[in-house]
Amino acid sequence: MRLLPAAMLVLVGLACASLTIGAASISILEASRDPWAALILMQSRLPRTLAVILTGAALAVAGVVLQALVRNRFVGPETTGTAESATLGLLAVTIVFPASPLWAKMVAASVAAMLGTALFVAVIRRLPVREVMLVPIAGLVLSGVIGSVATFVGWQTDLLQYVNGWLLSGEFSGVLAGRYELLWVAAAAAGLAWFAADRFAILGLGDNVATGLGLSPASVMRLGLAVVAVVTAMVITTVGLIPFVGLVVPNIVARIMGDNLRASIPVVAVFGAVLLLACDLLGRLIRYPYEIPVGTILGVVGAAIFLWLLYRRPAHG
Amino acid sequence: MADRRVMLCLAAVLGLVVAFWMLQGLPSGQARAFVLKLRAERLLGLLLVGISTGIATILFQTVAANRVLTPQIMGFDSLYMLMQTIMVATFGIAGFSALPTGVKFLGEVGVMVLLASILFGTLLGKGVRDIPRTILTGVILGVLFRSLNAFVGRVLDPNEYAVVQQASFASFSKIDASLLPVALALTAGGVVAALCLSSRLDVLGLGRDPAISLGLRHQREVLASLAIVALLVSVSTALVGPITFFGLIVAGLTHGLTRSPRHAALLPVSAMIAAVTLILGQLVFERVLGQAAFLSVVIEFAGGLFFLFLLIRGRIR
Amino acid sequence: MIRISDLSYRIGKATILRDISTELPKGALTALIGPNGAGKSTLLRLIGRLEPLQTGSVSLDGADLASTRTEDLALRMAVLGQQTAIASRLRLRELVGFGRWPHHRGRPCAKDSAIVDEALAGFALGDLADRFIDEISGGQAQRAYLAMTVAQDTDWLLLDEPLNNLDMAHARALMCRLAELVRGSGKSVVTVIHEVNYAAAWADHVVAMKDGRIVAQGTPHEVLTSETLSMLYDTPVTVGTHQDRPLILHHV
Repeated sequence: MRLLPAAMLVLVGLACASLTIGAASISILEASRDPWAALILMQSRLPRTLAVILTGAALAVAGVVLQALVRNRFVGPETTGTAESATLGLLAVTIVFPASPLWAKMVAASVAAMLGTALFVAVIRRLPVREVMLVPIAGLVLSGVIGSVATFVGWQTDLLQYVNGWLLSGEFSGVLAGRYELLWVAAAAAGLAWFAADRFAILGLGDNVATGLGLSPASVMRLGLAVVAVVTAMVITTVGLIPFVGLVVPNIVARIMGDNLRASIPVVAVFGAVLLLACDLLGRLIRYPYEIPVGTILGVVGAAIFLWLLYRRPAHG
Repeated sequence: MADRRVMLCLAAVLGLVVAFWMLQGLPSGQARAFVLKLRAERLLGLLLVGISTGIATILFQTVAANRVLTPQIMGFDSLYMLMQTIMVATFGIAGFSALPTGVKFLGEVGVMVLLASILFGTLLGKGVRDIPRTILTGVILGVLFRSLNAFVGRVLDPNEYAVVQQASFASFSKIDASLLPVALALTAGGVVAALCLSSRLDVLGLGRDPAISLGLRHQREVLASLAIVALLVSVSTALVGPITFFGLIVAGLTHGLTRSPRHAALLPVSAMIAAVTLILGQLVFERVLGQAAFLSVVIEFAGGLFFLFLLIRGRIR
Repeated sequence: MIRISDLSYRIGKATILRDISTELPKGALTALIGPNGAGKSTLLRLIGRLEPLQTGSVSLDGADLASTRTEDLALRMAVLGQQTAIASRLRLRELVGFGRWPHHRGRPCAKDSAIVDEALAGFALGDLADRFIDEISGGQAQRAYLAMTVAQDTDWLLLDEPLNNLDMAHARALMCRLAELVRGSGKSVVTVIHEVNYAAAWADHVVAMKDGRIVAQGTPHEVLTSETLSMLYDTPVTVGTHQDRPLILHHV
């Protein structure tokens, strides 16, 4: 169990780097004396670093939960239509009740995300069990369909800019104090997943096993869907679509330490935070002082990792 | 033969639709010849797109042993858009508009066919006979291209971005007449090759083991089929832009109408259904509703719904 | 005669077959037996060119597997692997009809449909001929695949666990049919069998495999002995005799 402390150490190192790197050059050490540096640190750098860590951790945990629910390693919250459904929910609320408060929009997005994920689960339950590769394909096509519906509606209602803001490459450059706190909700949902880790691990073994051990598969499923939906909806609305974190991080952790979720969820969370923070830093540094959205960086990095996973591990799920 | 009757009926319907397309509301006098020529060109474009989409989808579904997939999910659309973005980024708006259309068309088709051949050749040629995994690789590469597209898109100014957006929307109205001879030759080549394979495709549909036992060179036939698919999809994408789900409707209707699994019947039927659907749709939208731009959107939307319907009905195989 | 020389096969780091050299007699019913994971199916699939050869060679009546055209091999041997669902929605008659494909390459004639009807009748599928594959039971589908293999009308038939999904009566009928093909029509059959008593009752030649090696081969009386079988399956086995054939008892 030296994995967790080591990963934590890396995360702390990256977090320190994240606090020091940015368009404005300030020194954190002088923040206590320099009010300008303190302002930047407290209003921009710290919130941003926290936002990245919360997002990465929550998404990775949501990925673990989703993979346990559908018993397939090649899915993540970004490849199952969850994110697109959340966008559709947001869009619907924005069109029907333009003046609704933020929390109402969040609830709508979460409910829509949950419905979309439930649709995906219902669909893949009908697939032949041995078709491991068909599950992610079905998920990707499903998210494509829902995404194109969202794009069409957005185009018709002149809200395409919003839709694109949610669906295209998430980024953290707009994160300031007061504009990221919803991510704490996502982190809380991920914490709930840790609390219920054993239930998800058992459900991952199959409905029959779960029933045999006295769990209700349907209620565990609902809990899991709620966690995945809340995490995805909060992330989508705050920073946009972050691909691949929920897909590849659980895979990497499972390769190292297996599928005992109670033990692995904290590691998954830290790994997710590390991956996202590293990509975010990369995005800040490549064209300094301009930024490349972390979603774009992850689209490239994550796709590469995913392909590697696809060909490294044997074809069983 | 029930199949022959279906084919004759479809041919008659196609003839009627074509006649209506050419002759409806024809002006008299000098304008007549001009309108006829214009309509004939548009007709040829729609026929080419319809035929190549129908045949490519049937071929792909046979090779993939799956009836809910279309070849377009394998990243052809995002590759096409990435090429548009790169061209605009490289040449600027003026340069992009000044590109000779024939060269641009051949270049696009060439790049798409080349990349697809490399992908299929390396994955299936080395004895990886896991076709779903190959498809998933294609889908993930599509995500990669989309991310790269977003990345390059960041560099563009808003005007250039608008040009890319314009080029990235599928439109059946913008077919360039000067491309038609080349497109006709390529499509005809692909269609003839597919028809020559049709008896072997029947055997391919039995699955790998039975096909080999019956003396089919399984790997070679799979590669040949996928090469034809790549060619046909590339031609139609380069002609009208990305269309993802249209083929799904066509294939669904084809399997519903024909009784037999023989490709000698499936291929022509699918081509005719696709052609009739496109021409009829264009007629209705252009001359009745007066909103030609919507056809592609509506077809995509209907295709997406049909995909969901197929999945929920459980008709995976 | 099928001649196998120095055949080895590995998947990744796992060795599935080690240096197998043997001959399978023509005009006989050969049974491959052995515990799970012994390499029986792999050996059958290699002979049937369903998997590419890695090292070693296989020849079929003198024709080398690696250098003979696969189209020609299809006229000499038919292989039935273990079933996976197929994509095409086929009627039974159409499926069995594909057994004739190596002969007509897409242009069937009257003789082909006569052979298909005969094969359907031979497996008691005549009444189901116009049903779709996905509308019949697993055992019926298994018989349909067998009928397709027989309709291919080849000298050699290679079958991977053909008794899967078959009830007692149909399993017995299948073994009868295979024995009849061997004795009556001079065909040669090689089949992987899990239930050793079927091998004892019907086989002419038995090949026992364990851990990727052949541990015994010969007539049923030579191979199906108490010592060999107890060693093969790591389980105490008693062998008696019934109607001049070995009878293997392992239930007590």
